[in-house]
Amino acid sequence: MKFTWFNLMPWPYLPDDFREKNRSVWVDIDSRLFDPVKAHEVYNTYLDLMEYAASLGFDGIGCNEHHQNGYGLMPSPNLIAASLARRTKDVALVVLGNSIALYNPPVRVAEEFAMLDCISGGRLVAGFPVGTSMDTNFCYGQIPSLTREKYAEAHELIIKAWTEPKPFAFNGRYTKLRHVNIWPRPIQKPHPPVHIPGGGSVETYDFCIDNTYSYSYLSFSGYIRAKALMDGYWKRVAERGAADNSPNRAGFAQTICVADTDEEARKLYEKHVLYFYNRCLHVFPGFADAPGYRTIKTIQSGALSQYAPPRGYANVTWEELTEGGHVIAGSPETVRQRMEELIKTLRVGNIFCLFHVGDMPKEKCMHSSKLFAEKVMPKLRGLHPEWENDGRFWCHPIEQVTPGALPREAVAAE
Amino acid sequence: MDLKTIATPHVAVRYFEGGSGAPLVFLHGAGGITAQDPFLDALAKKYHVYAPLLPGYGDSEECAELRDMLDVALHYLDTLDALGLKDPILAGHSMGGMIAAEMAALDNHRFSKLALIASAGLWLDAHPIPDLFSLVPYEYPPLLFHDAEKGAALMTQGVNFDDLDWLKGFLVTNARQLGMAGRILFPIPERGLKQRLYRIRSKTLLIWGDSDRLIPPVYAQAFKKEIAGAELVSIPEAGHMLIWEQTARVVAALDRL
Repeated sequence: MKFTWFNLMPWPYLPDDFREKNRSVWVDIDSRLFDPVKAHEVYNTYLDLMEYAASLGFDGIGCNEHHQNGYGLMPSPNLIAASLARRTKDVALVVLGNSIALYNPPVRVAEEFAMLDCISGGRLVAGFPVGTSMDTNFCYGQIPSLTREKYAEAHELIIKAWTEPKPFAFNGRYTKLRHVNIWPRPIQKPHPPVHIPGGGSVETYDFCIDNTYSYSYLSFSGYIRAKALMDGYWKRVAERGAADNSPNRAGFAQTICVADTDEEARKLYEKHVLYFYNRCLHVFPGFADAPGYRTIKTIQSGALSQYAPPRGYANVTWEELTEGGHVIAGSPETVRQRMEELIKTLRVGNIFCLFHVGDMPKEKCMHSSKLFAEKVMPKLRGLHPEWENDGRFWCHPIEQVTPGALPREAVAAE
Repeated sequence: MDLKTIATPHVAVRYFEGGSGAPLVFLHGAGGITAQDPFLDALAKKYHVYAPLLPGYGDSEECAELRDMLDVALHYLDTLDALGLKDPILAGHSMGGMIAAEMAALDNHRFSKLALIASAGLWLDAHPIPDLFSLVPYEYPPLLFHDAEKGAALMTQGVNFDDLDWLKGFLVTNARQLGMAGRILFPIPERGLKQRLYRIRSKTLLIWGDSDRLIPPVYAQAFKKEIAGAELVSIPEAGHMLIWEQTARVVAALDRL
């Protein structure tokens, strides 16, 4: 089991009437709601929290890529990961990930991930999302029905750039390069482990299975609703003749709130959780799914965008969110039981734990994370004992230099 | 109108055919076209009409090879070749106008008569065209019709948003049709046509609704400026869907070609 402390980095100052006065938290969100000076503190607090999580013994600390988004302040996750690489030592840096169809040329991703792998001493876990329709199509202008073809080509180029020792020419449809020869190269061979965030596309299942990548379902609707989707994935793993059904082939994102008791959890975290579901997930339905972004097969399978849920999250309550499993909240024992149920029913070896929720202040976030790390995580570690040594989906760090090992004085020495 | 199929190099094309008179090819807009379209019926009373569907529209096969404007324009030229149409009247509405203009600019000794009806293809920073791809259904009528209320009624015939199967079908159709349209219209419906318009030698008619709020009449002026000798016919009490709102007047305007 690998537990990654994941931070979406939401903007915590969306006003109470945000929903009423704004049509979307994403794409065309009002820039006047952003305060760059406050953002200085927000970013540094979030980075501190990620470093704190590393000190608690989480296996990974994670970030992702969103654009023009009030709940995700990370247009460039690589900047976040770079700053964490210097300030942490043993923890995996889970960049989930770079939306590779957006980078021009995509070797930029191969280069930056190689830099991160070198700076961190082989601690990179790389992610290649297609990106949401909001990010990829509406903010970054990719043509919806060509996004997947462009993504596939970018993927081919990046893997080849990482693994091909000699300069090569790449004559793609979207990228043409005469001399591909990235420098630096990643520490991890043949390349860092890859996780693919997906939302139920059959094509993405196959892509993960065929390349031995881990499939991550990054949902906000919790583990109970995820069962059907993950069952579909595991069915596909069997059908496609994968070598095994290691739970590390799958990951899941879950919002988690731990307190001393169930009642205390509600008292401490309810308002922050509701801030997230009511304000941060307020996405204009017109941006949820540009026509052509999803394949026909995926739409026919009934997977609608999670950003345009039929009922919306306008009046959702704590009871609905916790009982429905959107949020796992309560005492360490309550959380342990539900996490065990999650891990077993979805058969997942990677958990992307969302402890910072909405506008949660740092003290509460630390409290919840610490209780989980000390009282819950140790009891969940052994749930897939037969796959403990399956290292295919996690990073393999080297012995690392100690940061800050400069001499006290600058002297001319041989 | 008969729905027929014809083979072209990349994909089998579905097309409507009907009527008698001079051959006229009509290229539909991003919303697509059906056998019941009142504009097709009206055209068929005067012309021998051919209305090929862009691959992915209606029940037609999608075509992965058509990725950009050049692919699409050449595909339609192939389609006319397959239909044996050397110099039909070439008419297009909205996205179809954009394609027709490209065809006339590319194959510029072929078409003697061209009609661009509320055509897409240009972009004016001072008059940004609304983002067709992020519209939710209730936003369409005021943008597409002079009379939004009547337009809404036209658009919602047979629609039931509470029926999940209907919704799934709607999403699939949208993904197929607008997914393909997006290759030439997303995120901005402009693919460099302006610098090619000078090549058009056809007698060109621009037909525009006075209250077009999707591609406002200022775009008609922009086309007029770039195409030598182009004539503009403005239609009152008509929006972007002038072919539905003022069907007879649009058909009558074609007499000027």
